Amino acid sequence: MTAVFHVGDSWERVVVHDLTRTQIVMYAGASGDFHPLHHDEPTAVALGYPSIFAHGMLTMGLSGQLLTDVVGDEGLTRYAARMVGQVWPGDTLTTTLTVDAVRAGEVDLAVRTVNQDGAVVLLGSATARQ
Amino acid sequence: MNFRVPVEAGHILQFRRAVGQLDAALADDAVAPPTYLMAADHFAPDYERRPQAGRPWPGPVVAPAGGGGGFHAEQVFEYHRHVRAGDVLTATVRPGRTWEKAGRRGGRLEFHETVTEYRDAAGELVVTATWVSVATERIPE
Repeated sequence: MTAVFHVGDSWERVVVHDLTRTQIVMYAGASGDFHPLHHDEPTAVALGYPSIFAHGMLTMGLSGQLLTDVVGDEGLTRYAARMVGQVWPGDTLTTTLTVDAVRAGEVDLAVRTVNQDGAVVLLGSATARQ
Repeated sequence: MNFRVPVEAGHILQFRRAVGQLDAALADDAVAPPTYLMAADHFAPDYERRPQAGRPWPGPVVAPAGGGGGFHAEQVFEYHRHVRAGDVLTATVRPGRTWEKAGRRGGRLEFHETVTEYRDAAGELVVTATWVSVATERIPE
């Protein structure tokens, strides 16, 4: 990675537009997480949810695509995230990365993903080589 | 618990598409996306979020809305190097820390870490993954 990062540098991107149930099912199949609340609508509704909802790890994966675009496929040394809000079919998610700290050879980034209403669904942090 | 995780180019492609890169192309030496090792669960024996022969489905992982169950609250990946197609990793799973916290609505929250170390065929540590689950006490109505 040859990029030079500065504290405050920021990137923002819509990482998924109008999330489909199909995309959620693709994630279930690829990840192997077949928890019914993420694809079985009658079960989700019977348990009191308005519909199925996305795996938190799908949101972390979608947000991670922007990270690797910024730091490179092999740039990350750490990626951590808290799932702070549920993500529903139809949601549009926007991820923002901000450089928090720059050290010799390393950079820390804050990761924040919000839905179309501005509600935060994921808060994370990452460290990359530079 | 130990289990083997073969990393295949086609599976990396499938995972890339699943996390939104719909124009991903098949590459024999593909680098896995940063959250790819979530898919190692395919190879975990007795993984509770997969239907298995002789076990009722859905099992006890399904909890009603509003508490009383556990959910995945946080995930951490530490990369010593990045996973590539062709790697054959060995996953070693162990319990991590446990702590408690008061919930916003008065219930008690219990956090549990599960730490998985992925090592390559040479025994070198590749990725450490930490899954943090939180169990919520059911809030009285």
